[in-house]
Amino acid sequence: MPVKFEVNGKPVEVEVEPRLTLADCLRHHLRLTGTHVGCEHGVCGSCTVLVDGAAVRSCLLLAVQAEGAKVVTVEGLSLEEGLTLLQASFRKHHALQCGFCTPGMITTAHALLSEEPDCDADRVREVLSGNLCRCTGYISIVEAVLDARSAYKRDGKGA
Amino acid sequence: MRTVNAFVGQPIERLEDFRFVRGRGQYVDDLARNDMLHAAILRSAVAHGRIRTIDVSRAKKVPGVHAVITAADLGDPIPLVPMRLQPMPEFEAFGQPVMARDKVRYVGEALAMVLADSAGVAEDALSAIEVDIEPLPAVANWQSAAKNETLLFENKDSNVTMKFRAVLGDAAAAFKDAPYTRRESFSTQRHTALPMEPRGLLAEWDAASGRLTLSGAAKVLFANRRILAKQLGLAVDAIDMVEYDVGGSFGARGEFYPEDFLIPFAARHVGRPVKWTEDRREHLMTMNHAREAACDVEIACARDGTILGLRGHAFVDMGAYMRTNGAVGARNIAQFMSGAYRVPNIDLDVSLLLTNKTPVGTYRGPGRFETDFFRERLLDMAARDLGIDQIEFRRRNLVREADMPYKVATIAPFEHKDELDSGDYQVTLNRCLGEFGWAEKEKLKGKLIDGRYHGLAVCCFIEGGAAGPKESARLVLETNGTLTVYMGSSGVGQGLETAFAQIAADAMDMPMDRINQVFHGSTTYVSDGYGSYHSRSIVMGGSAVLDAATKLRAAMSAEAARRLNCGAAEVVLADGRATAPDGKSVSWAELAPEPLSVEGAFSNHKHTWAYGAHAAHVAVDPKTGAVALIDYVAVENCGRMINPLTLKGQLVGAVVQGLGGAFMEHLAYDENGQLLTGSLADYLIPTASDFPKIRGFVMESHPSPINPLGAKGAGEGGIISVGGVIANAVADALRSLGVEPRDLPLSPSRVWQLVQDAK
Amino acid sequence: MKLPPFEYACPTTLSDAVALLASHDGEAKPLAGGQSLVPMLAFRVASPSLLVDLRKLAELRQIKIADDGVTLGAMVRWRDILDDARLRKAHPLLVAAVEHVAHYQIRNRGTVGGSIAHADPAAEMPGIVVTCEAKIAVVGKSGARVIDAANFFQGPLMTALKPDEIITEIRLPAWPAKRRFGFQEFARRRGDFALAAAMLFYDEEGGKAGNAHVGAIGVADRPLRLPAVEQVLNGNKIDEVTLANAEAAASASVDPHDDIHAGGAYRKALIGVMVERALKSAAA
Repeated sequence: MPVKFEVNGKPVEVEVEPRLTLADCLRHHLRLTGTHVGCEHGVCGSCTVLVDGAAVRSCLLLAVQAEGAKVVTVEGLSLEEGLTLLQASFRKHHALQCGFCTPGMITTAHALLSEEPDCDADRVREVLSGNLCRCTGYISIVEAVLDARSAYKRDGKGA
Repeated sequence: MRTVNAFVGQPIERLEDFRFVRGRGQYVDDLARNDMLHAAILRSAVAHGRIRTIDVSRAKKVPGVHAVITAADLGDPIPLVPMRLQPMPEFEAFGQPVMARDKVRYVGEALAMVLADSAGVAEDALSAIEVDIEPLPAVANWQSAAKNETLLFENKDSNVTMKFRAVLGDAAAAFKDAPYTRRESFSTQRHTALPMEPRGLLAEWDAASGRLTLSGAAKVLFANRRILAKQLGLAVDAIDMVEYDVGGSFGARGEFYPEDFLIPFAARHVGRPVKWTEDRREHLMTMNHAREAACDVEIACARDGTILGLRGHAFVDMGAYMRTNGAVGARNIAQFMSGAYRVPNIDLDVSLLLTNKTPVGTYRGPGRFETDFFRERLLDMAARDLGIDQIEFRRRNLVREADMPYKVATIAPFEHKDELDSGDYQVTLNRCLGEFGWAEKEKLKGKLIDGRYHGLAVCCFIEGGAAGPKESARLVLETNGTLTVYMGSSGVGQGLETAFAQIAADAMDMPMDRINQVFHGSTTYVSDGYGSYHSRSIVMGGSAVLDAATKLRAAMSAEAARRLNCGAAEVVLADGRATAPDGKSVSWAELAPEPLSVEGAFSNHKHTWAYGAHAAHVAVDPKTGAVALIDYVAVENCGRMINPLTLKGQLVGAVVQGLGGAFMEHLAYDENGQLLTGSLADYLIPTASDFPKIRGFVMESHPSPINPLGAKGAGEGGIISVGGVIANAVADALRSLGVEPRDLPLSPSRVWQLVQDAK
Repeated sequence: MKLPPFEYACPTTLSDAVALLASHDGEAKPLAGGQSLVPMLAFRVASPSLLVDLRKLAELRQIKIADDGVTLGAMVRWRDILDDARLRKAHPLLVAAVEHVAHYQIRNRGTVGGSIAHADPAAEMPGIVVTCEAKIAVVGKSGARVIDAANFFQGPLMTALKPDEIITEIRLPAWPAKRRFGFQEFARRRGDFALAAAMLFYDEEGGKAGNAHVGAIGVADRPLRLPAVEQVLNGNKIDEVTLANAEAAASASVDPHDDIHAGGAYRKALIGVMVERALKSAAA
């Protein structure tokens, strides 16, 4: 069936089977492969995207459920050139190794910091506890997110 | 070459991060090809049984299905997954067929493969395959395997595939007269590496040229190419193995698995590209498991705490088959039970036992995590029995700087000899205790504060690295004077591009931003490569870069000398120019009217030994069994640091993986060989909120004498001590109750039970 | 783990939704937040022929706070509860429980109705409705009815709902301002299902507890009330003796099974500890 929604500010229309998840739709139909799929059962958080501003697991959402929604992926949180402050903070703190969980971490952290730019370390840990990382041990990820708060306090966009 | 390095040793932010943080990494499942089919694999739901029939006729009729492949399509004999490491003839009979034909031996073993237009349709068709398996009794653990009542391989008379024996000195004599001995049994549980990216492969067969391209290869591409070429009856150079970004390996990804044959076979069979992406349920039942081991060991000491000997038996649950590197963990358990300590007399054997479970392979710190748990528990028990402080006990027994190189036990049947290369183990112990604040925290030992008992522990470790025999690197001076680096090493997420760029920039005396890119992980880049395992990439690959740089600079000097009319030895290569003694110069770009390509290599048959210490402070709630980790310090000395930022990342990340193994991770099976942990809701790995305080400290001194960088492999030291130090800290906390943990993981339920049993 | 094939409908009225559910011989399922249902589809342990998406039914998304209690529309998400500052007074036990539900992203999607219909024996919301004696309003092809929470849960993932019925509302009785309450959960990691959790409230009368309601999750095939513990509390001061008696009574009330995360004996002891700690925090 056809489904229309907006991805990273652009309208899209896709013909999908009802059973297709939003994650697979983004990756394989729209070729936005920055959104990763690590478990397909809603545990690992790698597939986190923003739907109408809220961080959600795109493996637990059907593409047809996104009808009319505004979807933002890691690509939509990136600049053409260079890094956003949040991304630069991940790099500075060595908050990634293999990079597989990173898009989910970036989207989740962006949603958190957009809503709660004053969050403390405990809150960051609580929110990120829905995103699994096997490489870093999380210490550096929490530091990176805390360090990026200033960007969101200033202009609310993290740019 | 620079006399003072500009980049090596600096905490350089990673080059690869630019693509990863923007979602521009490219992993194998991101690839798509026109005309591509998707594979799905039917897995045995029975742990042990004889296959009567597999009827695929209904599945073949599912719309969108192009082929269904069973063992009958693979010819005779069915190819076996071979041993890559320790390829001993004794293991050959226990190799895994790439698809089951006569018998199934574990839940998850491949029975059939569907190729369809979409992954969803392929999965739909799996449920249309009818399988009839006559169940056999399942061998669900090593203890029942040892009885040999049910044999996994009826043509063999035992489930024991091998017994290794580690020997040093004369253990029998040492124990005969020892004033103190203690014998204990310990065990560690089955768990797994669990990289966040599931495995995946994309195979493309070009019938016209007879060439195969396999994307999604990882870790040991050249070795896997040799295996695959033999199995497919192709020339080695008819296959290109291509690595994309790899979402973690930790030893498990990139070994040759049955799918590494099945997917290329399928592509050739149907003449279309075939992609397979493992799902997480498959991952948990098919990717190498690890760590399930037990031991019955005895220590002998003098009254002053000097260790006189170690002896005993260990048992490793190998799962159903001997896979590529499955013997490594078992070997390490026996050979490295002495760890960082002087143990003059050793006699330890380890039995490798087959069970009806997923086969095992290496997982970061293979055998070392297990054997360090066994030994460090035993050391704390002995120290307490002898009335010696646990730190003092370790100090007295650590291998001394003056003992280097220090010979460890040889291991039969390979008669493999090994020796520790260099270092001062007291220094890392002292640093660890200092950073941890042991002196201030010591008063908390055993104290009950607000309902929780506090405990401390410290353990020392060694980490082997730099496996030989060889690694290759190719440097290309491009026509614009920039440098491109090609490696035989494989990237698995550890940041090789940055580290090799640092090494190459210093070796060539050039800025890092004049290096275009570091290419790795393809059989198309260098003539031969050995990949990434045994913490070898920096030492072996980095040393190969040095060799290539020396050769490239010689070639550049020779070319400059020709143009500048001077001797090659007189040419100075710096700042992008080649300068003669008379001041005349040419740019590097001018030296390369065509790209100037030079290949270097480094060969080595010795190992490096990074070392260090871990300390932990825990608080145990005896009513819930919850263990809170209050503080954790890990210190590692790797001889010479290339990038302290990524080195510390390895250390801290490995500690947290180890904490998963110490507290939560467990691949549980029932008595019928059914895997009970089939999802990430059941297989628990650490999350961001579990262990908020982990502190890693990296050091360099005593460069390794066995390679020109002086570096030591250091990807695994963070995990080796974790089980031991956590269990010892819990024992310390609960010592007033007499609790002695002997088994991992220390789940709340288990800790609570230990408290109950001690009451 | 691709989902099995199904049809999809997204009705705009409740009556259409009910008609669609009724039209598929029990093979249709409502789709609320999808946070439990979609994983079941991924593992192919559920394979409905039709999913009826409830997201356009705005009337199911309201939180109503009145003198007679709090009414949660079935499509109210966890996030809505945590964001609604009124509920911290109107039903603080509900809020305390929801803080333990899953993770950030799940809380942005998961719904109270979905959780109750899913009926995981270790989930918080089923425990809350049982403990608080909530009424669960449902509508089906034969009309609307109200089910007492005590009769709603019939086993693991089993409820009194008929295949064509949709939960519309959860009605929690009024919460007196001075009511004392506690919620204590023990899970292996933050956001995991509880190994055991206790939730309770009581009203103080002359320094003594009365109207005690004590519930437990994670220790049986469904959420439980623990009447033996309530008996221990009613008419007594919450002192050391009562705490100890409540702990013992809670443990004695349950007989949990072993599973891969914990032994039955452990869970039995743990629920006592959770009740004791919840009571302590209630009395503090």
